[in-house]
Amino acid sequence: MQRFANPALFLKLANPLLPWAWAVTAILFAFGLYGAFITSPPDYQQGETVRIMYIHVPAASLSLLIYVAMAFFSAVAHIFKHPLADVAAKTAAPIGAVYCFLALATGSLWGKPMWGAWWVWDARLTSMFVLMLLYLGYMAIWQSIDDPNRAALIARVVAIVGVINVPIVKFSVNWWNSLHQPASILKMGGPSIAGSMLWPLLTMMAAYGFLFLALHLMSMRSEIAARKLRQLRSANLGDN
Amino acid sequence: MWRSCKALLLRDLQLAQKQGGGLGAALAFILAVLVLMPISLGPDLALLQRLAPGLMWLSLLLAVLLTADRMFQQDYEDGSLDLMTMAQTPFELVVLMKFFSHWLTVSLPLALIAPPLGLMLNLDIASLPILWVSMITGSLALSLLAGLGGAVTVGLRRGGLLVSLLIMPLYVPVLIFGVSATTMMMGPQSAAPSLMILCAITIVSFVVAPLASAAALRAYLQ
Repeated sequence: MQRFANPALFLKLANPLLPWAWAVTAILFAFGLYGAFITSPPDYQQGETVRIMYIHVPAASLSLLIYVAMAFFSAVAHIFKHPLADVAAKTAAPIGAVYCFLALATGSLWGKPMWGAWWVWDARLTSMFVLMLLYLGYMAIWQSIDDPNRAALIARVVAIVGVINVPIVKFSVNWWNSLHQPASILKMGGPSIAGSMLWPLLTMMAAYGFLFLALHLMSMRSEIAARKLRQLRSANLGDN
Repeated sequence: MWRSCKALLLRDLQLAQKQGGGLGAALAFILAVLVLMPISLGPDLALLQRLAPGLMWLSLLLAVLLTADRMFQQDYEDGSLDLMTMAQTPFELVVLMKFFSHWLTVSLPLALIAPPLGLMLNLDIASLPILWVSMITGSLALSLLAGLGGAVTVGLRRGGLLVSLLIMPLYVPVLIFGVSATTMMMGPQSAAPSLMILCAITIVSFVVAPLASAAALRAYLQ
């Protein structure tokens, strides 16, 4: 793993990978959206409005996964002192935050016709809102501390402490009486969702995942460039 | 090691006693909130009674959060925190003693004083004992998590604002189970599950908060 610690080597790998990531993202979105809007059946209760599920559910799942990834990168940074791990965590956060916001917003749009309310304070929605706050807090740490090395140390702590929320979000619909739909895919007894709805859903999840990968690699590239710039500037100042 | 822990605890208790540790500010905050709540919510006493446990818990939470950033501020600024990292006692234990002293001087007194003040919100007298028990049970968790927030933002100028953003997500479970202990007791169910979960949260924070705070403080002291 230390081989990839050298930013130049990371860039050598990331640069050719990026166009492929974008290509796969585009293909997966094409298939996923086609499946979501054309081939998948309308719900017996909800009718056509069920199709918002294909936007809402992948965004929510991915935002949880990205937070776990952020905490994992922070742990790697702490344990192995891998210099790019902090960069990976820092750049993953905004994407995860946008996914989380997308989940909350589309969920709200879905909830109004289904439940009659834009927002309810049940366990799942509250814990997802808490996830949003955790993302914002993490990003605020990077913003408020000037020295990037110190900011990295503090941000690791924040990311790792916050990961406790992720299992709470996942199991909130099982542990509490929630208005939100209980788990349909990752549960005991396997997925209970119809196959014709499952494959577009999984395709959309993969699409969101590859979108994250593409954006993340791009973001890491620009963060590495920004750090190089910062180093050059401070070295230049030192000379004069 | 126990001697140094006791010494640290006594030092912080004495400092709090001489300087006024934050209890005054926190109490003033609670009183302000309790006075303004009925004014903003209207005089409907039945409504206030229903809301009283939640509002009491909310004001306790915010009051403790208010005093969070002063936990490490002074020692960080005058350099004593730096010395404490070099002591033989593990730094995590030092931080834990700071959390304890905050609990003893701010959270616990507030948890003891606040429930009777709930009568200003027409709190049901029958719910006073369970409110006391739930607040005392949750007070240590509040101190531990507030201390974590204080440690993570100790070197920042406007740290107090960030503390709220960081610690609010961690306070949400404490608030939920603290209030549900009271409402369960007044209803047909038992308050025991909620109180047990409050204890569980306290135990987890007892482990996580000193470790995370020590790591964050070390980052600032480098």
